[in-house]
Amino acid sequence: MDVAIIGASMTKFGQREAWIRELLAEAGEACIDGSPVDRQAIDHLYVSNMASGEFEGQTGVMNALAHDLGLLGAYAERVDQTSASGGAGVYEAWQSVASGASEMTLLVGGEKMTHRTTAESTDVIASITHPFEYKHGLTLPSFAGLTARHYLERFDAPRESLAEVAVKNHANGANNPKAQFQKEIDVETALESPIVADPLRLYDFCPVTDGSAALLFCPVEVAREYTDEFVRVAGVDGATDTHVVHERDDPTVMGAVVDSGEGAFEMAGCTPDEIDVAELHDMFTILEFLQMEALGFAEHGHAWERVRAGETAMDGDLPVNTSGGLKSKGHPLGASGVAQVVELYEQLVGEAGPRQVPADRGLACNVGGFGNCVTTTILEAAG
Amino acid sequence: MSPADDRDGPILAAGRCPNGHVSVPQHPVCPECGEKQTGTVDLSDRHGEVVTWTESRATPPGVREPNTIAIVEFDVDGTAVRAIGGTTGDVSTGDAVRPVYVEQLREPGAGIREPDSQDWDGFRFEPV
Repeated sequence: MDVAIIGASMTKFGQREAWIRELLAEAGEACIDGSPVDRQAIDHLYVSNMASGEFEGQTGVMNALAHDLGLLGAYAERVDQTSASGGAGVYEAWQSVASGASEMTLLVGGEKMTHRTTAESTDVIASITHPFEYKHGLTLPSFAGLTARHYLERFDAPRESLAEVAVKNHANGANNPKAQFQKEIDVETALESPIVADPLRLYDFCPVTDGSAALLFCPVEVAREYTDEFVRVAGVDGATDTHVVHERDDPTVMGAVVDSGEGAFEMAGCTPDEIDVAELHDMFTILEFLQMEALGFAEHGHAWERVRAGETAMDGDLPVNTSGGLKSKGHPLGASGVAQVVELYEQLVGEAGPRQVPADRGLACNVGGFGNCVTTTILEAAG
Repeated sequence: MSPADDRDGPILAAGRCPNGHVSVPQHPVCPECGEKQTGTVDLSDRHGEVVTWTESRATPPGVREPNTIAIVEFDVDGTAVRAIGGTTGDVSTGDAVRPVYVEQLREPGAGIREPDSQDWDGFRFEPV
């Protein structure tokens, strides 16, 4: 069964006073309000969230949200796939409709993080690691530093090329009123910012963020009864890689991105050349290179050249992270994969405002851990 | 008894399956082929080579700051086996290092992980 997305919303990302229940309800309410669908029609509710229990001491957020949105009676489930919880939610929401189990599914992703110190947030996220990694103090930023050094040395890529990812995504985020940072930066600022995990510096990393995003899914034929304004889920797939990051054969190849991308392309019946716009999981600048290569947007070891040539800028052949990406828009863990698809939805229905690029087909890649769990989604404009 | 069991004291143990695949750390089943890992290889007295490294300056609770970490490759009967760990000093890519035992790599209980759920000792890498 062909599945449509008929509504999309996201809250302002950043440092918010709202707690997790309020953030989820804000995006969910806006999604329902902005769609032509009555809330009574919603059969399934999925809530993408990594760690509301660890961050806030609030568990059971799917039931809380069902109550807060007036959806009682609906089936509700929390989806945790760490940083890829949002993409996993997209996959589950698609499955619920494609299988015929639900005729109207609401997906809301969210996280509340900024009340914790950066060290505490880093530790909550690092708790995904294997005990062998955790006792050494391995963190997601340290995996990024290890991988970035290997990539730069092996492929003779200039350090500036990573800074240029940050510069591009900040420029895009400056045009996104929902982004945490609406501030352009230059290469010098990025290169002179404090070291976090050598050779990576502050501007190579996404911030700690509060926020929420939501999507409404239904069969395409049901969407047509409501409106002409919807997008079609053309392909979606998820995959896993090793729990222990250093055991991968090649540290510069994200196997779960390769696998989920191949699955999504096969289902969509298209090739990387046919993607018009992409939202990639730039939790760290190096990840944009690794995903471009694993998804077939660049040869292995050459993504940095495409970025340097401006081919992933707004006016390039393949605009990447028009939303500002996690780097500039922010990364409220469970919300991010949902917000990537919100951006694609807006691009494909022509509502992206100053960030609008010509696009009929878009791809989102949501990465959990350091490539441990990945979901890739391809959307197409309706019609 | 495998050779690794002959040694007194803690070892940097790799797991080995009947097909000869080796991994650090040990796993219930081999990540390569799915067979049970029935043997161990002791890497404690070997030298390895630094594949890549980072100096982490934003460390979580209970972790030294800065925390320099390296991925180190060992040659086990012609097969490259990688391990990860902190270093005792500055390293560069390609440097030779050897494992040195540390009783407590990180303060148990300072972070979110339940102290009794895992061990906290292990091996850092010392430049040779």
